[in-house]
Amino acid sequence: MKRPHLRTGTGTVTAGEGPPDSAFLSVRDLRIHFDTDDGLVRAVDGLTFRLDRGRALGIVGESGSGKSVTSLGIMGLHRSGRARVTGEVWLDGEELVNADPERVRQLRGRKMAMIFQDPLTAMHPFYSIGRQITEAYRVHHPDVHRKQAHERAVEMLARVGIPQPDKRVDDYPHQFSGGMRQRAMIAMALVNDPDLLIADEPTTALDVTVQAQILDLIRDLQRETGSAVVIITHDLGVVAEIADDILVMYAGRCMEHGPAEQVFSRPQHPYTWGLLASMPRINRERQDRLLPIEGNPPSLIRVPPGCPFHPRCRYALLTDGRSNTEVPPLVPVDADDPDHTVACHLTPEDRQRIFSEDVAPGL
Amino acid sequence: MTAYIVRRVIAAIFLLIAVTMITFGIFFLVPRLAGETSTQLAAQYVGRDPSPEALAAVEKNLGFDQPIYQQWWEFAHGIVAGRTFRYGPDASVCHVPCFGYSFKSHLPVWPEIVSRLPVTISLAAGAAVIWVVTGVAIGVLSALKRGSVFDRLSMGLALAGVSLPIFFTALLSLALFSYKWPIFPNLQYVPLTQDPLLWAKNLVLPWVTLAFLYSALYARLTRAGMLETMSEDYIRTARAKGLPERQVVVRHGLRAALTPIITIFGLDLGLLLGGAVLTETAFSLPGVGQYAVEAITDNDLPQILAVTTLAAFFIVAANLVVDVLYVAVDPRVRYK
Repeated sequence: MKRPHLRTGTGTVTAGEGPPDSAFLSVRDLRIHFDTDDGLVRAVDGLTFRLDRGRALGIVGESGSGKSVTSLGIMGLHRSGRARVTGEVWLDGEELVNADPERVRQLRGRKMAMIFQDPLTAMHPFYSIGRQITEAYRVHHPDVHRKQAHERAVEMLARVGIPQPDKRVDDYPHQFSGGMRQRAMIAMALVNDPDLLIADEPTTALDVTVQAQILDLIRDLQRETGSAVVIITHDLGVVAEIADDILVMYAGRCMEHGPAEQVFSRPQHPYTWGLLASMPRINRERQDRLLPIEGNPPSLIRVPPGCPFHPRCRYALLTDGRSNTEVPPLVPVDADDPDHTVACHLTPEDRQRIFSEDVAPGL
Repeated sequence: MTAYIVRRVIAAIFLLIAVTMITFGIFFLVPRLAGETSTQLAAQYVGRDPSPEALAAVEKNLGFDQPIYQQWWEFAHGIVAGRTFRYGPDASVCHVPCFGYSFKSHLPVWPEIVSRLPVTISLAAGAAVIWVVTGVAIGVLSALKRGSVFDRLSMGLALAGVSLPIFFTALLSLALFSYKWPIFPNLQYVPLTQDPLLWAKNLVLPWVTLAFLYSALYARLTRAGMLETMSEDYIRTARAKGLPERQVVVRHGLRAALTPIITIFGLDLGLLLGGAVLTETAFSLPGVGQYAVEAITDNDLPQILAVTTLAAFFIVAANLVVDVLYVAVDPRVRYK
């Protein structure tokens, strides 16, 4: 890892003036809360990370861990009436959370684009694929002629591997297969050459055989364009395929963050262990059962005090009760590895021991 | 598509035949079930204390002495091919489409009903324009400002609009705006061709009264539809593209929410063209609806048949138009 770093020992960074560093995307102490009749939902609670151009970040976590809320927060897609978004999102030197919504709208689709989970519901059923792509293009290129935009749409469809793009461009979403729809969705997201692409569970709704194709496509396009990619998933397989960095989220907070190879080879957080142990693998012995993480994700209205994972953590007792009371800060795992951070009260020695004795053999 | 339309038209013709048969059946069978003879039936259309000869003549003239199926056949045949009535030595030719002569007034039914059509069309079309524009606009704004004062106020008003019967709102509007404050005095139908301004002016109250009910329905429908579509994934996609909110609402939200409304609009309009009975009666508009009321009060079979057939025709036609239109509106729909 060769990039410069700004790390303050905790997951929460005090809001500063100006761009924090040279990072292309920098999220600092992002909090997204929803006022509901049942109470305040803390969907994202103090998330900090950064991402450079040309790199892919995988955000992993269970349903309800705040992954999608984070991505919509970066895109500025939360309706102001319902969501309370605080913190900072810096995109290429520009702060978005407190920016004029009109300015954020102009960036949306042009500088940052998004791919959604289910391309059937995410595309308008009444407009042709081509019409939806040209619309995305022309809103940011108002001077472009209808015809030119149409050509651009065909070109984009060709680029994402749609056969006979000049014919298929006039088809409607329901005439495409699931994989083709997701390709079209990617074409629509990339039509303005965005520098940041956020993919929210881009393969979850797809056939397994198509999933790999779509991931390959995203990776190839990223290499081609040098854009930054945030990929949100609950599937560690997807992350292994595509991500340079991994951020493990739980209850709206970052549990572990680091380069993918580090997180896979030396995972530090008991929650990450749980995710890895519950992942099916081809080389696993047939009789070994997948190990689920006991319990359920916590209610985001009443997040457990201390480490939010402690009620489900098998090793919480080793922390002398600190897990139940104190929020663990996000700190580097060790001095030679400042990029790999973890929020856990276990001592590095304990983690090392538990991982090698207890967890690794089961993986 | 053409094959589909042809099939639908054929089905519609059969449906219209069935409607005339049922109407015929009700008219003749119900009195018979109650034990009335055809002579007693004929007595309704003769003056007081008729001589038995006169009664028999009327019974024969109206065709009541023949079996029902034959009467129906002659009627149906008349619609398609015209009919010649013989009264002793005199004969009168009734041209296609012949719905016969009124039992009461002895005037041919079809020209009479055709002369009333413009009134009903004027009323329905004008009201339709008002209710679609206001209903959809209010519905969209309510949905976008859900829970706001505007939303509550307009939905409260819509509830009133849906609940209040036309004869009440019609009489209220007449009492207020024609009598108490005579902004629209001496309401009387004036044909469009004769004086367009007066035509419009005299139709304002009926239009608004009729549109009030339908606007309320459409506002509620549009609001519900918009609330649903605005939470769809494709709306989020539209926003993610960076579209301005106006375009998101109109091109993506409203476009999808309007589809079911177009369907209902077609059917409502078809229904009204068959006669807006209450509104026409309340405002004394000489339209098809008023004609229908007269026909039923007089128990005048040719009139009743003509009105029901016409109303059924409009409903069937509206259904067909809506179904065909749906293909244009929703690309997912294809008929084979």
